[in-house]
Amino acid sequence: MPVHGKVVAAYGNMVTASFDESVRQNEVAYILASDGSKLKSEVIRVRGNNCNVQVFEDTKGIKIGDTVEFTGDLLVVELGPGLLQQIYDGLQNPLPKLSKATGLFLKRGIYFEALDRSLKWDFTPLAKQGDEICAGDILGWVPEGKFTHQIFVPFNFIGKAKIVKMADAGSYTVDNVIAEVENEAGKRILLNMVQQWPIKIPLKNYEERLLPTEPLVTGCRIIDSFCPVAKGGTACIPGPFGSGKTVLQQLISRYADVDIIIVAACGERAGEVVETLKEFPHLADPYSEGRTLIERTVIICNTSSMPVAAREASIYTAITIGEYYRQMGLHVLLLADSTSRWAQALREMSGRLEEIPGEEAFPAYLQSRIAEFYERACCVRLKSGKIGSVSVIGTVSPAGGNFEEPVTQGTLAVVGAFHGLTWARSNARRFPAIDPLISWSKYLDQMAESLNKRDPEWVNLIKKTQKIMFEGNEVKKRMDVVGEEGTSAADFVLMLKAEFLDAVYLQQNAFDNVDAYNTLERQIYTFGKVFKILQKDIAIKDKDEGRQTFFRLTSLFKNWNSSEWQSDKFRKLENEVNAFIGSEK
Amino acid sequence: MREIITKIDEITGNIATLKASNVGLGELAVVMSPGRSTPGQVIRISGDSATLQIFGGTKGISTSDKVRFLGHPMQVKYGESLLGRIFNGSGVPIDGGPEPVEEEIPIGGPSFNPANRIIPRQMIRTNIPMIDLFNSLVISQKLPIFSVPGEPYNQLLARVGMQADADIIVLGGMGLKFDDFTFFRRTFEESGVMNRVIMFIHQASDPVVECLLVPDMSLAVAERFAEAGKKVLVLLTDMTNFADSLKEISISMEQIPSNRGYPGDLYSQLAARYEKAVDIEGLGSITLLAVTTMPGDDVTHPIPDNTGYITEGQFYLRRGVIDPFGSLSRLKQNVVSKVTRKDHNDIMNTMVRLFSDCRESRNKIAMGFKVSKWDETLLAYGSDFEKEMMDLNVNMSIEDALDKCWEMLARHFEPMQTGLKNDLVAEFWPKTLEK
Ligand SMILES: Nc1ncnc2c1ncn2[C@@H]1O[C@H](COP(=O)(O)OP(=O)(O)OP(=O)(O)O)[C@@H](O)[C@H]1O
Ligand SMILES: [Mg+2]
Repeated sequence: MPVHGKVVAAYGNMVTASFDESVRQNEVAYILASDGSKLKSEVIRVRGNNCNVQVFEDTKGIKIGDTVEFTGDLLVVELGPGLLQQIYDGLQNPLPKLSKATGLFLKRGIYFEALDRSLKWDFTPLAKQGDEICAGDILGWVPEGKFTHQIFVPFNFIGKAKIVKMADAGSYTVDNVIAEVENEAGKRILLNMVQQWPIKIPLKNYEERLLPTEPLVTGCRIIDSFCPVAKGGTACIPGPFGSGKTVLQQLISRYADVDIIIVAACGERAGEVVETLKEFPHLADPYSEGRTLIERTVIICNTSSMPVAAREASIYTAITIGEYYRQMGLHVLLLADSTSRWAQALREMSGRLEEIPGEEAFPAYLQSRIAEFYERACCVRLKSGKIGSVSVIGTVSPAGGNFEEPVTQGTLAVVGAFHGLTWARSNARRFPAIDPLISWSKYLDQMAESLNKRDPEWVNLIKKTQKIMFEGNEVKKRMDVVGEEGTSAADFVLMLKAEFLDAVYLQQNAFDNVDAYNTLERQIYTFGKVFKILQKDIAIKDKDEGRQTFFRLTSLFKNWNSSEWQSDKFRKLENEVNAFIGSEK
Repeated sequence: MREIITKIDEITGNIATLKASNVGLGELAVVMSPGRSTPGQVIRISGDSATLQIFGGTKGISTSDKVRFLGHPMQVKYGESLLGRIFNGSGVPIDGGPEPVEEEIPIGGPSFNPANRIIPRQMIRTNIPMIDLFNSLVISQKLPIFSVPGEPYNQLLARVGMQADADIIVLGGMGLKFDDFTFFRRTFEESGVMNRVIMFIHQASDPVVECLLVPDMSLAVAERFAEAGKKVLVLLTDMTNFADSLKEISISMEQIPSNRGYPGDLYSQLAARYEKAVDIEGLGSITLLAVTTMPGDDVTHPIPDNTGYITEGQFYLRRGVIDPFGSLSRLKQNVVSKVTRKDHNDIMNTMVRLFSDCRESRNKIAMGFKVSKWDETLLAYGSDFEKEMMDLNVNMSIEDALDKCWEMLARHFEPMQTGLKNDLVAEFWPKTLEK
């Protein structure tokens, strides 16, 4: 029997309700509006016999005295086979299904099951009658695309139990019973392939959390070489509007060497999700022959004009789905665009709760919420011995493009890598507009052992190169003041080298089919050549000649970058590169 | 419709609080003062009291005024008969014509299901080369014009309205000066497009917060026409007034401001409007062009800043021209050289690159450096580019503009100097004008 209450106040998407019995912090409640719709909401504060609920829907028409139904359940997501290829809103409502039911526009108060109940899955049991089981144990598996989707004993299963009856191999819907178990109290429990997990609680069913030490290759040179991301690690991409955050994330979503991509479009443009939505079914998965990108993707889409409270929930929905697939020993990457919109949703609620505001009116707990979220990214050793990971790359949209604001600062304090985009670079069309002088990654050292497998000196080479980058920039700044005449030839060459590195290695043409994405193998190869040129003594007669030399080199490398790996053109251009490297000063 | 005779308890700013029961959040009310009635909307309910946001402002409202609740949220008339008509910020005709007879539709409706969206691939022609050629406007795009007071942004908007290939133009004016209002009206009438224009005009002399409804009414009407298969162009000016009204209301509600006095939900409020832009598969579309005047010419001010995070690019209108450098149509790559002529992409990039080189040459002169022959070529090109392309009075189709660009290039450069691809040069370089 659900507990009932009554609306006593409402303002924006916050409703205050009175109740008689007891309510639970963060439980789901439904407001029964007078037009007959049931509006999903969440208890966010309890005070005496009143509680505040944030409503996940438009609150138009709510009246004093409307009934509130408390469910006693926390906000959960459904987990099971069939999550891949889906497009959900922030509360895991499947948008295509909603479209069939309500037409062109969203309609409030209509909820569908997240997983398709009619689809049948080829189930192979792995557990058998008599086995003792507990939460997170594997009962069997079904093929989901190229993945072995493991079917677990629900992660919230309490205590131990014995399997009384196990389903045979066969074709089942997620609702069909696949195991009957008896717990220690002698109670019989039926298990099927779908389970639920509260989104705000990290799923921790693993043996051990590991330090992330393996690189997550994005295909983007400046990231992978200079500010790498680890599998199970975190990174943030702050940048003013139009600096290229979304384009960068879209590139990563296509090329990252992980098993599963979760795209969380959190409070940004609907049009941008549509590109992913419409293009992924036609784009080849670079890691599996004959499959398309959509087969490894889940899209959580709570765009800017959709309800704000559901936006707050959306990134938790996304990461919970990620944690679920991690449990199968898969590597998952969550791309959240933009975490600032999530933080703003927190701010809106906090304001309505009349909490004492912190900086820029964000709630005082902003920092800890950001930390809690990013802490859910991790690399773990599972009970099965397999390694799984969830990595998070979140964009940040700082007000006025100023990185000193609370969300950027709060994020920088907890992430492992920082890819800062600036207008200085995007306006100069130096894409990706990651500023190499301000960006950093803690993983460069943390993953040194793994990275140095490519080349025993790799990390050192990168650091040497960074030094050239900084020194070249110093020269450039000085030159702006004293002019070319006041710059020594050696300094001038250093500056040209840094510019060359920028033009042919840090910058990458997202719209060139070849250059858009570099395998690690290719990056190491190209970097080797670039580094040789940086190390080469290049004597110049005068500055114009120096400029000409590097102009030619840059154009040579750019052509090389856009030629297919190991193609004839590639080899021909490589010979030219080698000829230059081997030439006299 | 229920009439509630009630005493208003409290009036602050544009907010009135009164005793009322059984009213819904968002419900429309009318405050009836002697000689005038002002619409208001329920924005907060608590126990037996309701808080109204009074659109017409609270000036002169008395605690003994009657308040009538209408039982529904704000609505607007919708139908063919709106074409050619002008309404104020509350949807009341101000052109002397009759009240339209058609149905009323709710405003501020739910958002378009993202799963139903399509990738827009049609261009809207405006015959303004700085738009069509250099930053093409795409159907369903939302784009602000960032400018400052004194710039001819309303003239630009009117020209786009007049010339764009749209079925219906909805003009939403917020804080519009009488002169500008007259200008729009006259321009649309004289150019013969008025019969496909609908105007919702909040004038500078109207109560400030009345402008809050203008975008919602404009977009609600536009949405219905789009569903009915029409290609709708919505022009809004000036969204800064809209944002400032939001600020006023939130301060009256004692909300804690987030940034320079603006409410924390400014982003969501603006996005709720801009995201109405849509291309509906098989039906019509809404394309949205909105003026945002930047306080202090500062793009990091919360209004342009939040806008930039929502829209799909921006036009900078500076010194009377659309600046080719900061301006960007993020959707142009969907159409450039795909639905437009194949030389479009290369011409667009080459022309701007050369103009940017010209700017460097100008800097050289300004700093007293010697100019080379090449600099002189660039300078001559640059001033022709400004006169023949950038000037807002230039009016030609994109095809003519492309031809004109080739002609300008040939006038000043050798093909080699432009860096244009050989095959394009072979096909398009003007034969007669070869230098
Ligand atoms: N790698 C790139 N190569 C070429 N152009 C790019 C690249 N990245 C971004 N751009 C250009 O910049 C525009 C804006 O990029 P994007 O949408 O990624 O910005 P954003 O930082 O996400 O902005 P917002 O904060 O407003 O969402 C793109 O439409 C494109 O024109
Ligand atoms: Mg973006």
